[in-house]
Amino acid sequence: MATLLQVFFNPEIIQRVWRFLLDGLGMTILLSLVVVPLGLLGGLALAMLHNLGRRSLNWLLIAYVDFFRAFPPLVLLVLIYFGLPFLQIDLPKFAAVGFAFFLNTSSYYGEVFRAGIESVPRGQMDAALSSGLSYRQAMLYVIVPQATRNVLPDLISNTVEVIKLTTIASVVALPELLNNARQAQALTYNATPIVLAALIYLAMLWPLVRLLSRLEHKSAALH
Amino acid sequence: MTGLDRFVFSFLNADVAARYWQSIAEGFLVTTYLGLAVIVAGIPLGLLLAALRSFRIRPMSALIVVFADIFRALPPLMVIIILFFAFPYIDLSMSAFTATWAALTLVLAAFAEEVFWAGILAVPAGQQEAARSLGLRHWQGLGLVVLPQAVRIAIPPLTNRAIAITKGTALGSVVALHEILNQASSGASESGNATPMMLGALAYLILFIPFVGFGRWAETRFAWKR
Repeated sequence: MATLLQVFFNPEIIQRVWRFLLDGLGMTILLSLVVVPLGLLGGLALAMLHNLGRRSLNWLLIAYVDFFRAFPPLVLLVLIYFGLPFLQIDLPKFAAVGFAFFLNTSSYYGEVFRAGIESVPRGQMDAALSSGLSYRQAMLYVIVPQATRNVLPDLISNTVEVIKLTTIASVVALPELLNNARQAQALTYNATPIVLAALIYLAMLWPLVRLLSRLEHKSAALH
Repeated sequence: MTGLDRFVFSFLNADVAARYWQSIAEGFLVTTYLGLAVIVAGIPLGLLLAALRSFRIRPMSALIVVFADIFRALPPLMVIIILFFAFPYIDLSMSAFTATWAALTLVLAAFAEEVFWAGILAVPAGQQEAARSLGLRHWQGLGLVVLPQAVRIAIPPLTNRAIAITKGTALGSVVALHEILNQASSGASESGNATPMMLGALAYLILFIPFVGFGRWAETRFAWKR
């Protein structure tokens, strides 16, 4: 038991690395605060374009969404990060990560919003238009708010996935939480930093996961 | 060299492709095998946990919920790192394949448990009561009456979740598992050319586009008719 603590939860190691891990957490939060809103906006834009109902445009949108859903996000990130220099495009690390995330997450959010918009009865749009709103206003003030409420659990669930996904930025050595934990583990030759990082992720995401279970079971019970 | 020539030379280079397609194909086999192994282990485990939870034995249900919560909250890459880099400190070393497989299986089982459980809850309680009043035992009512309906409800969300987690096989490249991504990026750095990466990307599309298509189809096919 004592050796287990020595290796997995060593107070001395904690003291040495907690600042470094906190820096990593800061980067994880910053990255999440950039990629989640960008993905939401991109997804909403995709769904609204889809709702225009232009056949050829919809084929394009579905191709875009399915293409980026078939690609593992890590592959996308590696492709962009290591591929762009061959095109002599030099993108800062954070921007490359953000771009890869945008392509992936906007596709997922787009599917969620599309389902949400489709769940709003047609009459809502008709009523909004007949009361003098323009199409744009009707979408923004009548359809999208109801659509968002209808798919709120899916939006939250997707957001949890995006935050978890920020760990892949460690592959291109962006100094986020997992990256720093790995570095600290290699430097101290001790597993404590990894365990600590896992506990931080749990503390951050467990409440959201709990909330999700509640929302889902509530809606299941209503049916 | 014009821009287009340069692009073709670095991304669509036939010589480089001829040299590396075999190693990408080997990666393709590893990815496919790993993905299947994760699905075959993860989904039944999730179903088993959801079935056990339906007996509503307090301590057991609590344990299952904690398990499902933890593995839904932890990033899969974090779980792989724990298994591969932290467990050796207590003399529990495992191969990159085992670590990736075990991590993804636990994550898929956690999500599958939640999806199946939501499915079980969505089946009206009267179904189980009717089964019991006919003389079936709880597990018979569960297996013969409730689960067949619950599984049907669970198929669309489960398909999408299984695809997402199977794509996580690419995370194995972080612990140097020789799957597609790892083969592709080592080929790219060895040859100083991006063509192996393009081959890798193509391999992923060939592997996953059919599943994404199936997911779309399943959403309409198994939609719950009300």
